[in-house]
Parts: sequence; C-alpha cells; structure tokens
Amino acid sequence: MQRLTLTTALVTLALPAWAEGTLNIYNFGLYTPPDLIAKFEKAYDVSVTLTEYDSNETAIAKIEAGGHGFDIVVPSAAVVPIYIEKGLLLKSDPNTMENFKHLAPDWVDVSWDPGRSYTVPYVWGTTGVMVNTDIYKGDINTSDIFLNPPEELKGKINVVPAMNDVIDMAIWSVGGESCTTDREVLKAARDKLVAAKPFWASIDYASFEKFINEDLQASVFWSGAAMRIRAENPGFAYGYPKEGFSLWQDNVAILADAQNMDNAKLFLNFIMDPENAALISTYTGYGNSIQGSEAFMSADLLAAPEMTIPEAAKAVGHFQQTCPPEIQDLYSRIWTDLTK
Amino acid sequence: MADRAFDTRRLPGAATLAIACFAILYLPMVILVANSFNEGRVIGQWEGLSLHWYGKALQNEAFVAAAKTSLILATLAAMIATITATMAALATTRTRGFKGEGAIHITLNQPIMVPEIVLAIALLIIIAQIKQATGYSGLGYLVIAHSAFCIPFAYMPIRARLEGMDLTLETAAADLYASRFYAFRKVTLPLLAPAILAGFMLAFVISLDDVVISDFLKSPGQDTLPTYLLGELKRNLTSEIYAISSLLLLISVLIVGGSWLLTRKKT
Amino acid sequence: MDAQAQEIRSDTLRRWGLALPAVTIITLFSILPLVVVVIYSFLAPGDFGGVRWQLSVEGWFSVLFERDIFDDTVTLSDAHLTILGRSVALSLATTVITLILGVPTAWFIATRPARQRAFWLFLITIPFWTNLLVRTIAVQEMIRSEGVFNNLFLSVGLIDAPIQMMFTNFAVLVGMAYVFLPLMVLPVYAAIEKFDFRLAEASYDLYASRLYCLRKVILPLVRPGIIAGSILVFVPSLGAYVTPRIMGGGKSMMLGNLIEMQFGQGRNWPLGAALSLTLTALVLVALVWYTRLTAGKRRG
Repeated sequence: MQRLTLTTALVTLALPAWAEGTLNIYNFGLYTPPDLIAKFEKAYDVSVTLTEYDSNETAIAKIEAGGHGFDIVVPSAAVVPIYIEKGLLLKSDPNTMENFKHLAPDWVDVSWDPGRSYTVPYVWGTTGVMVNTDIYKGDINTSDIFLNPPEELKGKINVVPAMNDVIDMAIWSVGGESCTTDREVLKAARDKLVAAKPFWASIDYASFEKFINEDLQASVFWSGAAMRIRAENPGFAYGYPKEGFSLWQDNVAILADAQNMDNAKLFLNFIMDPENAALISTYTGYGNSIQGSEAFMSADLLAAPEMTIPEAAKAVGHFQQTCPPEIQDLYSRIWTDLTK
Repeated sequence: MADRAFDTRRLPGAATLAIACFAILYLPMVILVANSFNEGRVIGQWEGLSLHWYGKALQNEAFVAAAKTSLILATLAAMIATITATMAALATTRTRGFKGEGAIHITLNQPIMVPEIVLAIALLIIIAQIKQATGYSGLGYLVIAHSAFCIPFAYMPIRARLEGMDLTLETAAADLYASRFYAFRKVTLPLLAPAILAGFMLAFVISLDDVVISDFLKSPGQDTLPTYLLGELKRNLTSEIYAISSLLLLISVLIVGGSWLLTRKKT
Repeated sequence: MDAQAQEIRSDTLRRWGLALPAVTIITLFSILPLVVVVIYSFLAPGDFGGVRWQLSVEGWFSVLFERDIFDDTVTLSDAHLTILGRSVALSLATTVITLILGVPTAWFIATRPARQRAFWLFLITIPFWTNLLVRTIAVQEMIRSEGVFNNLFLSVGLIDAPIQMMFTNFAVLVGMAYVFLPLMVLPVYAAIEKFDFRLAEASYDLYASRLYCLRKVILPLVRPGIIAGSILVFVPSLGAYVTPRIMGGGKSMMLGNLIEMQFGQGRNWPLGAALSLTLTALVLVALVWYTRLTAGKRRG
C-alpha cells in the first residue's frame, strides 16, 4: 500500500505543471536577463521556463521537428523570413499592441517583417573580433586577428561557430560579398579559413570564463559578449574588422503552435516597455530598439565602444542576409570542410 | 637465492602501474572537489576556502529542479526496467528452449549494441512526431526511453542469478501443491531479491548517467542534472559547476558505498 | 502425446507473455526508431533541416564521397574520411592505453588478499559509477592552459609558457582514456580472479621461465577478460559524443559529433542518418568480431 502511494506520488510529480500561467521561452544562451523574467512572472503571475540554444540552425531544426513545446523563439533577422515562409510563426500583430508606440521608427518597416506583424525587436549587435590587448598591442580592427593571426595570439584564438558570420568575414576579406554566387570567391574564402584553422585553439561557444581567466586570448565574437567579458577582464577590447563585419538583429516571435499564446503576447508587449528593454540591454550588452529606454540605462553602457559603431567602421558593417538555399548549402559544406 | 625465486602472483611492475592508475583516476576528482570549495567565481582563480558555491547551488532553482527531475526519472525508469526485466529473465531461464527464445534474447540486448548518439537521434525524430500528434509533452517520453535502454542492464544480473539458482526448492514447493504463483512469491522471489536490487541499482545509475539521450529528448523545463550541467558548462564555467559536479560525485560514492556494505554483510 | 504438445505450447505462450512488456518497450523505443533512421537515410534533405519525402541515395553517397563545391567533380570526402579515421584511431589508442594501465591494475587487485580486494575494487567502482560528464570536467581541469599540469610544469621550470593541450586530438584521447579506464579494469579483473595460480606454480616447478609462463599459461586464461575489456572500451569510444565535444572544442570532431552536426547546423538529416547507421555498423562489426573470438576460444 505504502509502495503504491509512493508510486502515485512520483507519477503525480512527473506530470508537467500545466498550471494556468506558464510560458516557455526558447532563446539563445546567456541572453535572457533573470531579473526580466522575475519581473514578468511577478507582474502577470506566470511561471516562465527558459530553454537555451546555440544557433539559429539548431533552433529551427528543433522547432521544425515538432512537439517542441515552446511558445516564444528569438530568431535572427536573416532567418525570420524562413520561419514565416514555413508557417512556424503566429501572426500575432505586435503592431497593434499597447507598447508598440515605443518602437523606434527605423525598426518598424524592416525587410524581414515589414510593419512588424510577426516579430518584436529584441536587441541588435555586431559580430567582430575580441582581443586581449595586454597580449596583443597591434590593430584589432581587422579580421586578420583570426584569418592571419599575429604571433602573440596563435593557438589562443577561439572562433565562435556562427557559421554565416565567420564565412562572411572570410569572403569580405578576399573582396567578395555575402551570399555570393561567385565560386572563385567562395573557394578563396574557404582556403583562407582552412589555412588559418591550425592557429585557432577552438571553434566553440566558449564560456566567458575561458577568456576572463585567459585560457583564450582572442575570439570572433558578438559585441555584447565582448562587453560582458571586458567588465570582468579589462584587458579585452572589441574590434570592428575594416574588411567587413556583420550587423544583426534578433527578434522575439510567437510560435504558431504555442500553447500559451496569451502569455506570449503579454511577453511581447512587456519587452517593448522602455524600462524592460533597458533591462535586456543592461544584461546582454546589446542595443535595443525602444525609444526612451536610454533613461533606464547607465552612462557607461550607453557610451560603451561595443554598442557604438565608430563612424569610420559604419561603411563596412553589413546587415545579415538570408542566402538562397543553394548558397546556404555551399556555406554548410565550407563549414564541414573547416571543422572536420 | 631460494628455489622458486619468484612469487607467481607477482607481476613485475604491476603494483607500480596499478598505483599510477589509481592516482590517475583519483587526482582529477580530488582536484575537482578541492576547486568546488573555492570562494572565487572564476575557476582556476583561487580566492580562499568557502562553502559558498554549495549554498548557491542548493538555492539555485534550476539546479534543484534538475535534481528533482533526475531523481524522478531514474526511479521510474529503473522501476519499469527492473519489473519488465525480471519478468523477461523468468521467461528466458530454466527452459530447454522455446520458440522465439533467440529473438527475445537479441531484442533484450539490442539497446546496448546501438551507440548512444544514434539512439538519441533516432528517438528525437520519432518522439517529436508523437509529441506533435498527441500534444502530450510530459516526462513520460524520457521515462519510457530511459526504461528501454536500462532494461538490458537490469536483465543481466537477474538472469545470471536465475541461471545459477537451485530449482529444488521451487520444485519442492510445487510438490506440496503450492500454486505456481505462490511458489514464486514465497520461494523464488526471496532468493532473487538481491539480484533484483542489483538490477535496479544498475538501471538507476545508468539512467542517472545519461546525458545525450536526455539532452535530445527533453521538453522545456525537463533538464536533468547531467543536461543542466552540460548547459552550464557552456554558459558559466564557474566554481558552481564544480560544486554541482562534486555533489554528483557524492551521490555515486553513496550508491557504491551502500551497495558495498550490503554485499559485504553477506559474505 | 497431444497433452505434451499442448503443454509445450502453453509454456511457450506463458514465456512470451512474461517477456512481452520488455520486448514491447525495446521494440517501440529502440528498434522502431532505428527503422525510421534507415528510412530517413534514403530521403532528400529539407532546405532547413528535416526531410523531403523523396527517394534519394545522396545521404549514403555523401558518407564517403563529395561533389567538389566548385567544379562538381566527385572525390572521396576528405572531411568525412578524416573524422572517420580519427574516430577509429583514437578509439584504438584509447583501448591500448586502458590496456596498459588497466591490466596491471586488475592483476594487482586480483592478487591482493581477499579482504583488501574488496577495498581496491571499491576504488575502481566509484569512478565507474560517476557521471561521465563529471569525470570529463575533472580531467579537463588537469590539462587546460591554466590547469594543473601547466601550472606544475611552469613552476618547476619544465616549460616557460603554457602548452596548449586542450582542443586537440591529444585532449580527446586523454579524456576518453580517463573516462573509460574502469571499463577495462573490471572484466580483466574478473578473468584474473578466476585464474588458479596453482597452474602457474606448476609450470614454474616444471622450470618454465617467467615470461614463458606468462605467455603460455596465464595469458590464454586471462584473454577472454582482456577481449571483453577491449570491446567495452572500444565500442563506447567509437560512439563518444560528450567527451570529444568538451575536450575537442569543435576542432577535433569524432563521428558522434559529426552526426549531431548534421541534425543541427549541417541541416542534412539524411546524411546524419546514413552516418548514424555507418557508426552502428562499425560497432556491430566489432561485436561480431568479439563473439567470433570468444566462441572460437571455447571450441579450442
């Protein structure tokens, strides 16, 4: 009898807590401020479960496989059209939400979601290079940091496996364009990457601590991540490669098969509030697209070099593109060649 | 020099290599535990002795939830695996052979023959479809998937014990007109109990050890201790990871120590 | 006569009934998924993951061959062969290292007095039961740039700059040898423990040299344990995923990681499925070889 009670208890515990208020968020790693979640949970009496992913590719694969159980996902601009085309997103009409008025006009009519019928901006940032300037004193505003590494950094470099950004940087360094169909350019880019690989320590989503404790001294990295590392090890600085670097925006969207749509809509509206957008920027180190959020951000953050693209670099910043599938396939194969 | 100059049990150098082997096995674990008492946040930067990270781990809701999930999952999976494996072992032992015995035997050992990553991906494909079709996304999938790959491990010790068991007692009971089930319950089961317990523990530990399959199959909020640890390894390589790892290590020591004491009493 | 046939039938039915729950669970959650993998390996990849329901052998073709990205000529796939070769080579090396360390250890434990033996076995069992991930984290701390070994070598002046050991084939090998070592010790121990040392003494009494005795008397009797241990180490090494992922840092991939990549970033599920089956086939070959070897032993 007692054993039966135990079993029943275990079975009951095993059932998911489908209480009234739940929300399942699927976001990039280290990208969701705990205080934002806590505030949302408190404001709407909703219990939030956060699951993290590494890359857009992983996320889309998991979501397309079905049965994922997520309500909210945060795709990059370049993959939003794919999500929409595949019918994975709910047309939640954020443009009719109360806090939509705070959205900066520049970010409303965007190519990947004109007029914002599906998505709300999360943050924008850049992919460049991060270097420990205590070790390397030369120019850091160049992709040579990882494509033609200086002696001091050899064997201490990480390349974050952001496939498209990394391949694009190599393409720009040989004078090509993103999503190019010119096979000679792609070949040159691949050869350059393959030739540089022996000088890299890892191709990994390395944890911040590996830089803070100087196991690694340089990385192809995202601007916000670089800022967070600089906060704990001031030797690190972020460079905008003069050959070209990518600009991107990640967007919050509700999945078509979300089980908690109302809570998901509340969340979309919630993050368009300036104070909440500021929480996101403060935690992630990236810029948001909400007017008035500056009032809630520190002066240090607003002036941070990682968040302010220098005038000189602006011309070589390219917004991430969606490559056609056949080009994407070539990217994948270059990547396999590189990571073998 | 004496007649037989050497002890046959002595293999030159074996003791040295063996001690080296134990040192190799234990040094990393000792250092891991030592690091877990580091006051500092970043690993490798020693800032003094402290239990800070244990406290932090135990207050960490995600960690506690993962521990709870792991415990429930391993208990349920080991229970299902042990019960079904016991039944299967009873079916396949003490027989002169029956139709389909070979097929049952191969089936029961099949999960061991498939690499974990392959099984993980295979299950991911199929379970995603089931989740979508049924709308149920609870822990049940992990429980049943874990049961499947735990069955062979529970089956092995139980089967071995049954094969070595004396049939006389059971036959005697049957001669005394005990019903088959009564004889099983009163005679066979008590004799089999230690093996069933061993099978359960083996299945429990195998389930607790799994990272890959759980990581591929989990629904939101279903992190187990190992998948949580794998995620943390990417996110925060802090002393807290070492505290959590040390706690997992402690669990293993307790399980092994417990079973050691249990078996020692008998011999 | 009829009654006996009846009884055999009911016995078979009863036995099948008892085995049914276990057989059903494994069929549905281990065998059936593999069948789906076989089907997927013959389909075409979807643009962004998944499959298109269209017959294709491209997945299998890509396991070993590739069309050049730039001029479409067909060549052997350098990337996949490198990873395949690395997986086999590192697994073999892992087996050899664990043999060198594991066999003497097993010997040492088996020749202790009975009471001490339990204690030494206990020491082997703890790492055996400890989570693989935890042990990988532990061994990582030893060899990272600012880790134990580098600090030690630096402080005694053996080196003057940290050696980059992490994220190399070497790191993966160290990691695998460390985590799989107990798997070697236990079966070898079981074999040596059963060995009757009076046999060795007898051979010495007949003036056999120590080496001769080891080779002709002891080794043949311990061999099944060594083979079992080798298989227990080789098979999981070949399919390893977690240890190479942490120790290899995305630069030193093994088959398991390549497979995972096809289902994620690579977005080529049919290729991933074909690679999965290739890995399974390699494991089966090792297992068949093992049964042949042990079966042959029994006959001889």
